Amino acid sequence: MSQKDKNKKITIIVHSGDFDKIMSAFIIGNGFLSMGVDVSLFFTFWGLMALKKGGFKKAKLSRMNFCGLGKLMIKKRLKKYNVATIDELAKSFVELGGKIIACSMTMQLMGIKKEDLREDLVSEYGTVGRYCGETLKSESSLFI
Amino acid sequence: MSENITTIVDCINDNCPMPLIKTRKAIMKAKQGEIIKVIGTHEQSYEEIPMALDAMNLKILDRGKENGQWYIIFQIV
Repeated sequence: MSQKDKNKKITIIVHSGDFDKIMSAFIIGNGFLSMGVDVSLFFTFWGLMALKKGGFKKAKLSRMNFCGLGKLMIKKRLKKYNVATIDELAKSFVELGGKIIACSMTMQLMGIKKEDLREDLVSEYGTVGRYCGETLKSESSLFI
Repeated sequence: MSENITTIVDCINDNCPMPLIKTRKAIMKAKQGEIIKVIGTHEQSYEEIPMALDAMNLKILDRGKENGQWYIIFQIV
C-alpha cells in the first residue's frame, strides 16, 4: 500500500485530566491515525493522573461540572448522539497504532507505579527529552 | 462494479470520529486490490473520509448519496 503520508507524525501533550480535554485529545489522535499519520500522546501531570486505572471515570468536566451533574448530562447526550466513549476511543487509538507515552517524572512526583496505570494503553515511558526528540521529527504538536 | 466490492464498512448512525476510524481499520486489514464500500449517515464524514483517502493516496472509484445515506467506494492500491 503506497501512502504518501507514511512518515508524517504528530505529537500531543495531554497535561489536562479533564474529561472533555482527554476526549478531544483522543478524537484528534484517532483522526490523524485514520489519515495514516503517526501519533504519539504524551501523558503528564493531571493527564497522567487520569490514565490511572478507573481514571477516565473519575475525570471531571473542565467547565460546568456542577458536582458531576454536568458530566452526567454530557454523557447522556454523548450516548444519545452515538459518540464513542473515552474508553472506546482510547482502545481504538491503540488499535490504529497510536503510541501512549507516560511521563516517568510525573510518576515519581505523584507516586504512581506502572501497575497503577492503564497498562493496556501505555506503550512506553519517557520524559521531556523523548517528547522533544519526537516533536523535532513531527509536522506539528499540540498541548492539551 | 458493485460485484467486485470485497468489504462493506457500515457507519450508519455513527458520529464523529467513528466513520474515519472504521474506514482506517478496514484499510489496515485489506489486501492489495480490494474494493471497499463505506456507507454512513454522518454528514461531515462524507467530505472528510475523502480527505483521509487522499492523504493515504487512495483513489475514490465512486461516491454518492441515496435514501438519506451516503456511500464511498475506493480501492486499495
